[in-house]
Amino acid sequence: MLKGRLSLSTLGPLAALLVLIALGAFLNSNFLSSGNITNVLARSAFIGMIAVGMTFVITSGGLDLSVGSMAAFIAGMMILAMNAMLPTLGIGVPLVLAGMAVALIVGVLAGLTNGLLVTRARIEPFIVTLGTMGIFRSLVTWLADGGTISLDFEARQFYRPVYYDGIFGITWPIITFALVAVAGQVAMRHTRFGRYCEAIGSNDKVARYSAVKVEWVRLMTYVMLGMLVGLATILYVPRLGSASGSTGVLWELEAIAAVIIGGTALKGGYGRVWGTVVGVLILSLIDNILNLADLVSPYLNGAIQGVIIVLAVVLQRGKSSAEGR
Amino acid sequence: MTEILALRDVHKSFGPIEVLHGVDFALAGGEVHALIGENGAGKSTIMKILGGFLEPTAGGVLLDGEPAPYRSGAEAEALGVVVIHQEFNLAQDLTVAENIYLGREIGGLFLNHKAMRKGAQDLLDQLESHVSPDARIRDLPVSDRQMVEIAKALSRNARVLIMDEPSAVLTHREVQILFRQIDRLRAAGVALLYTSHRLDEVSHIADRITVLRDGAVVRRAERGELTEDGMATAMVGRDLTDIFPPRRTEFGCVALELHDFAVPPLVEGISLSLRRGEVLGISGLVGSGRTELAEGLVGLRPHGGSVSRSGAPIRIRSVTDAAKHGIGYLTEDRKERGLLLEKSLRVNLTLPDLPRFGAPLLSRAKEEAALTQAIADFDIRAPERGMEVGNLSGGNQQKLLLAKTMLPDPEVVIIDEPTRGIDIGTKSQIYAFIDRLAREGRSVIVISSDMPEILGLSDRVLVMRQGRAAAVLEGDEITEHALVRAIMGTRERTTEDA
Repeated sequence: MLKGRLSLSTLGPLAALLVLIALGAFLNSNFLSSGNITNVLARSAFIGMIAVGMTFVITSGGLDLSVGSMAAFIAGMMILAMNAMLPTLGIGVPLVLAGMAVALIVGVLAGLTNGLLVTRARIEPFIVTLGTMGIFRSLVTWLADGGTISLDFEARQFYRPVYYDGIFGITWPIITFALVAVAGQVAMRHTRFGRYCEAIGSNDKVARYSAVKVEWVRLMTYVMLGMLVGLATILYVPRLGSASGSTGVLWELEAIAAVIIGGTALKGGYGRVWGTVVGVLILSLIDNILNLADLVSPYLNGAIQGVIIVLAVVLQRGKSSAEGR
Repeated sequence: MTEILALRDVHKSFGPIEVLHGVDFALAGGEVHALIGENGAGKSTIMKILGGFLEPTAGGVLLDGEPAPYRSGAEAEALGVVVIHQEFNLAQDLTVAENIYLGREIGGLFLNHKAMRKGAQDLLDQLESHVSPDARIRDLPVSDRQMVEIAKALSRNARVLIMDEPSAVLTHREVQILFRQIDRLRAAGVALLYTSHRLDEVSHIADRITVLRDGAVVRRAERGELTEDGMATAMVGRDLTDIFPPRRTEFGCVALELHDFAVPPLVEGISLSLRRGEVLGISGLVGSGRTELAEGLVGLRPHGGSVSRSGAPIRIRSVTDAAKHGIGYLTEDRKERGLLLEKSLRVNLTLPDLPRFGAPLLSRAKEEAALTQAIADFDIRAPERGMEVGNLSGGNQQKLLLAKTMLPDPEVVIIDEPTRGIDIGTKSQIYAFIDRLAREGRSVIVISSDMPEILGLSDRVLVMRQGRAAAVLEGDEITEHALVRAIMGTRERTTEDA
């Protein structure tokens, strides 16, 4: 059984990742320095956490285009809330915790909105999240009055370590991403929730006839994704300390691309969380290598990522036609 | 008589499993050749090889005595070897005419719609079909789609026409039209391959019969040589006098009671009670509300009226509620509602009762143990445990679905069409399983369109007509005659509460 699983499509993303690492090391001696590795992983962390949540949404047959705008909106709300609470709470741990709570709550509510529109109002996920994508983006631009929402300077100084510090030289975003990835992988493979997601994405009628609470599980995938977007934002805000209409632009596409590259079926029914993690790393590494080496202009980053995405789907199809008979 | 298309000592394997073991088979011009056998006997594989969709592992396909030059269904069709599949190959959103001429459109740079419409109309007229050439396939009933498929085959000037269960979806009248067309094609020298589970049709239409069993030809016969019983015996390889288990005689207390039960908009005023250890058959025409009744009962559809379990009133709003009250439902739509075809046996089996396999983490070992148990209990024959369920034969899929339905250990089981599309050997096994469930003290409801099945299995029969209980038959009243009368409504009986 194990043999069957280690097919080209399974090993493809992993092989691509190894090739990229080898290429990076060959092109630039600084590539494997701990500074660069930390940089790549930290940048992967935001998209990565979102992509793990996205894996569950896509596996159960859904889609969420709104996550980039949602991140910007959550960041805006979080900063506004922290600035507002500053006089009462003062600068300190309580303020940061309150801000984090706001981010998580807003994330859950945003996910709940998407999920309810999909499951209760029975609107296509593509349409729902295309709509909320515009709404969240517009709301943050409005809140910022077309400009930038900035966190109070001193509060920012206090909050900064959440992005830049860590333990044993590993920064908090990387640690959090690792924990989310492991939890996600376990949830997908070894819990009822993951099994239900795959069953629903595979055939929601069969799931319903098998006493699976289809709408509830679907709703939970969107809520979980919203919460993970909140978590990603919590770690993202201390990096710049501001949010604007251009925060998180195209994150949704990167997250979806990572899921697909990782081998999760876009039509649902099969999810692979560790594949998503590999997908995120591949996308970040391409960006990093282009910036470090002079071979190709970094402006072609998008083109190369595009080729990888298409290739990943071609590989997936190769697999299904071989097994489909 | 000239042989047009033939198989010579054809072997076919999928992976390590050989499914055809040296089959010789020939289709001659001006002749209807029926190919019969149980599910999984190899009929579909033979048709696919003849039609160019599969290549034999060994042996040859001969067209006009020469090795057949085609490698795909399209190439075969260009040479006049046309297959009408059970799942139709029609583009849903194109019109009838557009489908008939798909890939061979008339016209140059611009399409000649008029000529194609006229051509399509002529073909449909020949078939005495009232379908409009401008109708969209999506809007047509299945029987009309079948006619369109046949018209399409005619337009290809087929020399060999291979029909996979063409009558399965046709009404009696339409089957008569189909037979007239087959007669016409036979007279025109076309070689026809016909398959059907309805043996009366086979004895009516076939000039020659080949019986397959387990991937080998076990009997060849000319018209009139084989009776329908003879065909069935040849297919199964043993006598089938006792496919039904002996009747049960002891029943327990009332397990389920419906009072004035309704599933809007169709089903109304159903009252019945079901005892432990009893098999209640529900009979009636398609569309009489049998499935709606069952789906309402297990919470898949909104329903009215009252339900009680072992005397206590209960409310069921979802399949989960039904499961909680020990009621299980096996759907009639195995492939779309019953099983996840691209998942493994294990994943399918455990889906309805996952909490039992551990929380928060599922225990793979427990799941595998449950699968081992199910394979033993229900005699599921899977070449490989890890295989996708979609690659199992229909009979084994049905056994797995039964195992899955029984996993939460329901005391009341509703089985909708227990043996649809299943060969006769597996059928008798499933009847034995149903009998076993009843003898274990469960209450079983069997919904079926198969008359012998209702007659052979039921302790009582509820006949439904237009959403209402038309009759309840019990004991000696359960005869074919009484059943048909109640189904058709030839004589009104007062509705009795069961």
